[in-house]
Amino acid sequence: MDTLLESPARLDVDNITVAYNDAPVLREITFQVPHGARVAVVGPNGAGKSTLFKALVGLLPLRSGKIFIHNLPLGHHLDCVAYIPQREEVDWQFPVTVADVVLMGRFGHQKWLQRPGRTDREVAQKSLEQMGIAEMADRSISDLSGGQQQRVFLARALAQEPHIFLMDEPFTGVDAITQGATLALLDHLRQQRVTVLISTHDLNLAASRFDSVLLLNRRLIAFGEPKSVFTPENLTQAFGSQLLKLTDGMVLVDDCCPPAEEEIQKGKLL
Amino acid sequence: MILILQPLQYAFMVRGLLASVMVGMLCAVMGTYVVLRGMAFLGDAMAHAILPGVAIAFLLHGNLLVGAIIAAVIIALSIGLFSKGGVVKEDTAIGILFAAALSLGVALISSIQTYAVDLSHILFGNVLGVSESDLWLTAGLGLLVLVSVALLYKQFLVISFDPILAATLRLPGELLRNLMLVLLALTVVVSLQTVGVGLAAAMLVTPAATAYLLTRRLWPMMLVSASIGAFSSLVGLYLSYYLNIVSGSAIVLVATVIFLVVFLFQPRRGFLRKKR
Repeated sequence: MDTLLESPARLDVDNITVAYNDAPVLREITFQVPHGARVAVVGPNGAGKSTLFKALVGLLPLRSGKIFIHNLPLGHHLDCVAYIPQREEVDWQFPVTVADVVLMGRFGHQKWLQRPGRTDREVAQKSLEQMGIAEMADRSISDLSGGQQQRVFLARALAQEPHIFLMDEPFTGVDAITQGATLALLDHLRQQRVTVLISTHDLNLAASRFDSVLLLNRRLIAFGEPKSVFTPENLTQAFGSQLLKLTDGMVLVDDCCPPAEEEIQKGKLL
Repeated sequence: MILILQPLQYAFMVRGLLASVMVGMLCAVMGTYVVLRGMAFLGDAMAHAILPGVAIAFLLHGNLLVGAIIAAVIIALSIGLFSKGGVVKEDTAIGILFAAALSLGVALISSIQTYAVDLSHILFGNVLGVSESDLWLTAGLGLLVLVSVALLYKQFLVISFDPILAATLRLPGELLRNLMLVLLALTVVVSLQTVGVGLAAAMLVTPAATAYLLTRRLWPMMLVSASIGAFSSLVGLYLSYYLNIVSGSAIVLVATVIFLVVFLFQPRRGFLRKKR
């Protein structure tokens, strides 16, 4: 894997269209993220943020276009992208412990019939410690609070030792400790030169804590530094009627509650 | 003591005991995935769908188990095929295939002279009619399934718990799911001898559901489930001997009683201490 880090390392999304059944959710998206950058993915409910992430890990087929990681097509390296799903997507009643879940992050580093070895356990242990849940290692995941559950998945993603880290709404509905741990993790990942893409509804956070913002609503509206992206024109384009324009030029966005996007995705099962 | 040993003087009883314990354990282990992945309906359907294979084997004077295996594998793979890409929902695909296969099976069996007796053996099992070759076949298939489950523990765990991670790790999800269906099919086939078509689903689901209430990791769940499966089979068969009732029913009823006791009294997720 070392040679990969030396090659022009980045994420290249080249004109992709992603669809569930016939309806395209994302149309003709093109952008490039340099290695180690921190990107906030922002857009209204149903904008296709989760869809973008799922396409990036190869969960959804591309209708057209290509995705390159380190100049190689998606799927070339196994353990390069870690995806942290929204909490609602996980079966928390499944009989696994915290340590079991984190060790799953190591499966990409093991051969098919190989059992987790010492290195795997050490990496898993370190990830648990970093997320402050080492003492919960033997607890069942169903016994944890929402924030703790999220940290379990962050620890697992960390154990994957990825080059690209995708987090779907990690700041929605979690406690302060988990938010703090997530933000601390972001700083750690920057040191490790890991690329991070996070979808969020918190525009202030996006503006203050990220190198760039990707504004999305079914298509790419703007991508660049927060200052250049968060213009009234762009926000109007992205959020439309959810915006309230005040006379002094202030813009308010009323946008929370993620389920809308999920319903679109579940639509494919009907 | 004499009550336990006395039935063992009959060779058919010994074979029956061996068969039912093996089946009980095997079903219980595969059953953990059935319970966790919500495949109970599939397991039940598969048991019924095997009927035409058994009937054809019977008509051709072949080995019933071999006929069942062939039918089961065909059904398992066609369910995968029909529901692929979401054209037809999986449970709809199962419903169609299951009813069609059951009808075909009953139609074939109804052409046999001794219709009623044979049908009841197939529907409810005939553990005391297990031959030595059946026993070997059961042991062989059981070993095959258990070894596969052990070797692919990691993969099956990931595709069951987190299909998204499985996809990011580029696990061949479809292949693994089909393999799991085939293993389930083999398990169901083996279970036909002891509990029959009608009750195979119960042997898959009941011990595993009980174990789910008692454990919080997958492999202990499998071990506990297997123990409950074996124990129910053993006790059920003795009950069937002494009370002169159908063995399959006795086995399933014992498993159900264990489930009910655990459901009411277990400390973690039990009914009487339900949190939510």
